[in-house]
Amino acid sequence: MREQIEGSRAVAHTVARCRPEVICAYPISPQTHIVEELSRLVKTGELAPCEFVNVESEYAAMSVGIGASATGARTYTATASQGLLYMTEALYNASGLGLPIVMTVANRAIGAPINIWNDHGDSMSQRDSGWIQLYAEDNQEAVDLHVQAFRLAEELSLPVMVCMDGFVLTHAVEPIDVPEAGPVDAFLPPYEPRQVLDPDEPVSIGAMVGPEVFTEVRYLAHARQMRALELIPEVAAEFSAAFGRTAGGLVRPYRCEDAETIVVALGSVLGTIKDVVDELRDAGTRIGVLGVTSFRPFPLEEVRAALGHAARVVVLERALAVGIGGIVAANVRMALSGIHLHGYTVIAGLGGRAITKASLHRLFADAIADELEPLTFLDLDRALVERELHRGRTERRPGPSAENMMRDLGPTATGIG
Amino acid sequence: MPTQPIKFYQTGSFAVGNRLLGPDQRSVQADMQRTNSLNSGHRACQGCGEALGARYALDAAMRATGNQMIAVNATGCLEVFSTPYPETSWQVPWLHSLFGNAPAVASGVAAALKVKGRTDVRVVGQGGDGGTVDIGFACLSGMFERNDDVLFICYDNEAYMNTGVQRSGATPPAARTMTSQAVGDEPGNVFGQGKNVPLIAMAHEIPYVATATVAELRDLEAKVRRAMEFRGARYLHVFVPCPLGWGSAPHDTIKVARLAKESGLFPVFEAEHGEVTAVSPIRRPVPVEEYLRLQARYAHLFADPPRTETIARIQAIADRNIRKFGLVEPS
Amino acid sequence: MYAVRIHGRGGQGVVTAAELLSVAAFGEGRHAQAFPTFGSERTGAPVAAFCRIGDRPIRAREPVTEPDAVLVQDATLLHQVAVFAGLREHGCVLINSTRDAGALGLAGLSARLVTVPATDLAQRHLGRPLPNAALLGGFCALSGQVAIASLCAAIRARFSGRVAEGNAAAATAAYEKVRDGLLEAADA
Repeated sequence: MREQIEGSRAVAHTVARCRPEVICAYPISPQTHIVEELSRLVKTGELAPCEFVNVESEYAAMSVGIGASATGARTYTATASQGLLYMTEALYNASGLGLPIVMTVANRAIGAPINIWNDHGDSMSQRDSGWIQLYAEDNQEAVDLHVQAFRLAEELSLPVMVCMDGFVLTHAVEPIDVPEAGPVDAFLPPYEPRQVLDPDEPVSIGAMVGPEVFTEVRYLAHARQMRALELIPEVAAEFSAAFGRTAGGLVRPYRCEDAETIVVALGSVLGTIKDVVDELRDAGTRIGVLGVTSFRPFPLEEVRAALGHAARVVVLERALAVGIGGIVAANVRMALSGIHLHGYTVIAGLGGRAITKASLHRLFADAIADELEPLTFLDLDRALVERELHRGRTERRPGPSAENMMRDLGPTATGIG
Repeated sequence: MPTQPIKFYQTGSFAVGNRLLGPDQRSVQADMQRTNSLNSGHRACQGCGEALGARYALDAAMRATGNQMIAVNATGCLEVFSTPYPETSWQVPWLHSLFGNAPAVASGVAAALKVKGRTDVRVVGQGGDGGTVDIGFACLSGMFERNDDVLFICYDNEAYMNTGVQRSGATPPAARTMTSQAVGDEPGNVFGQGKNVPLIAMAHEIPYVATATVAELRDLEAKVRRAMEFRGARYLHVFVPCPLGWGSAPHDTIKVARLAKESGLFPVFEAEHGEVTAVSPIRRPVPVEEYLRLQARYAHLFADPPRTETIARIQAIADRNIRKFGLVEPS
Repeated sequence: MYAVRIHGRGGQGVVTAAELLSVAAFGEGRHAQAFPTFGSERTGAPVAAFCRIGDRPIRAREPVTEPDAVLVQDATLLHQVAVFAGLREHGCVLINSTRDAGALGLAGLSARLVTVPATDLAQRHLGRPLPNAALLGGFCALSGQVAIASLCAAIRARFSGRVAEGNAAAATAAYEKVRDGLLEAADA
């Protein structure tokens, strides 16, 4: 049903329609509204049968999930930022054991310094954990991806992370068509585990594996994600047929066919970028944007096909690989191996800094004029940074950088953006 | 007709009793129909207290649950020596996840069984002291606080054994480990606060808490059986000597365990909802020295000159336990 | 596309206000998007929320930097936060206050500015000093973007019982007050 509803609540209702049997959750901004709503649905009996386990940490959340999934229960949890990191060991364990857990990551920056606002640092840090990673462009897609996620996870026996921008999507109220129970039931068959703890057929799960076969086990994990490259578009197509709208898939090109300049991005910033692309197109600029929906597995072929003909590619990402530069950019570069074009990496929106249309217009103009550095930090306050660098060079004990710069910035009442 | 009660004593490592009892009163292990949950062929050291304890505990659990049981194991000796890929010694459904999360994983298994209406299937979580007292402590407490339907068994050999004998939160004072070496002014582990997890479990007021040793295996079986009569969080702390880590003779494992109890260093008791309900009395208290001398991890206390003060401090701990728990029957 | 920015303090229902406005617009068959600036939960801290209303799907995710309308739920913010930053020329402003623009030192503002005693109205109709619904009611009259009936429907969907009726009554009272004030000014 189409309603004007907060993203988190829509996700909660959709997850409920997917009939999870065990939900284990630990609160962390900005995921709280999702698990609060799910706990309400379980408590009232609207979502039943379902065990809602209030765990004592995110590590426990994923661990309870592992136990539940291994026992054959459809399992769900949600987290963000520090919480995702706290469960890192368990993330690898879940994917290594092939457990089809679905988890929402309400994308949020990672500290220090502590920051509760949106960027992709958290999920990007876990890109090698073996989880499938899908990024939602808007709240409708966030909702739809969860339905697809359970299906993908259970068919592949791999856990799936649905990434939605914290606050920007989770706390936004917009028109969302929350899938009804009937169509979801038709789309999601009951969970049939590949392996399960059952006294009638005892198995040992979680053995130690030595050098003699570890490589093969890891190869199979990779092979499964390669299989996911085929399955993700299949599931998306099936979803589209069943629900009548586009969601999911590997990549989503927008006005790229004859574009000279193509921007690449993930998540909600795509909406803002599309507005800018339309305005530039109206002015005659041949520009397009490629949204990457599936970051893991990374769709090398599809990205290459979409970008290969462009003269320049601007990868705009909300994450940073300290010491080298862009994360998404590096993956994109791999896709473009052998193809010569101008490639620019733009680090934007870290820690919740707004990515504005005005900034994007300036940025794209510079890109088109090929006046961009290979690596750009969008809207960087150079003066502030220089002052702190100078402090570091000249003072024996300069103090903590973050606090120094905050002080330089002056008292900040609610900034707009 | 006059009758006289005759007490049977266990001496050395020979268990007296099975032969003189009716079949239904014998230990589970004496039964040819036992499930052999932890089957032979595992790679444990000779004299491993943990293997002995786990075998008895899990077969007793299977008996008590009608063979409807799932086991969750923390990383550690028990997990490593029982599942050398591609073989497994486990004949029960068994899951190993991580080092610090066994209680949480067990909670997850219990939640799944509950939602599927399989409340006939019970869950046993198990791990060593490292995985329970230290890295698994938060998860253990969470499981207690939620009163999840799990029996968690800690096999306490008082150090991180599988990684090469390093000190854990359960390592007793003065014990030698690789990270509390027998050198310097205060050789061996320092006299710290300790972490009495059975008492902490009692503080959570969970339905059932008990301690046991591998010297009294019938008692261990009985406690597992008793634990399975309850629903909710239950905790069993089992004292299991490690010949390799402790430097004790493999054939002394049961003897060392008995001396730990008889000296008062390891109180054996049961508790329900935070209150002690039964205590296994010490028939003849032995001085701690008798227990310490059997283990090379305490050898530095008996060097030349002996560390009598340290031994006295350890004796004081034992005496305090005896007093606190009322371990010695008034004659 | 019409953009609204609402300023207030934590605990005054600023976020709910933006949400209600978006639901009201949705109810009229339009596209709407509402979201707050975000921070850890803290009563009394300055908070802003945004609402965009349009006839096509709204894709932009940036904060509203050039609002067509600014609503100020707490007048003490006037000299603390740049509440009028980016305000479009001929945009409209509603301020929760018993005083008029001149008394607030805003006579020179080149916008259609109206003050609404929203807290008083809320106190009277709702029994609590939560000014958000009343200020929204005034907005309906001043901007004409959303019908008062749509706003009241959104209020009744969000709240129930006396809270719903109280909020709807406060909104309607503010709506009438502003509407009548505008008519008077037009006649003058």
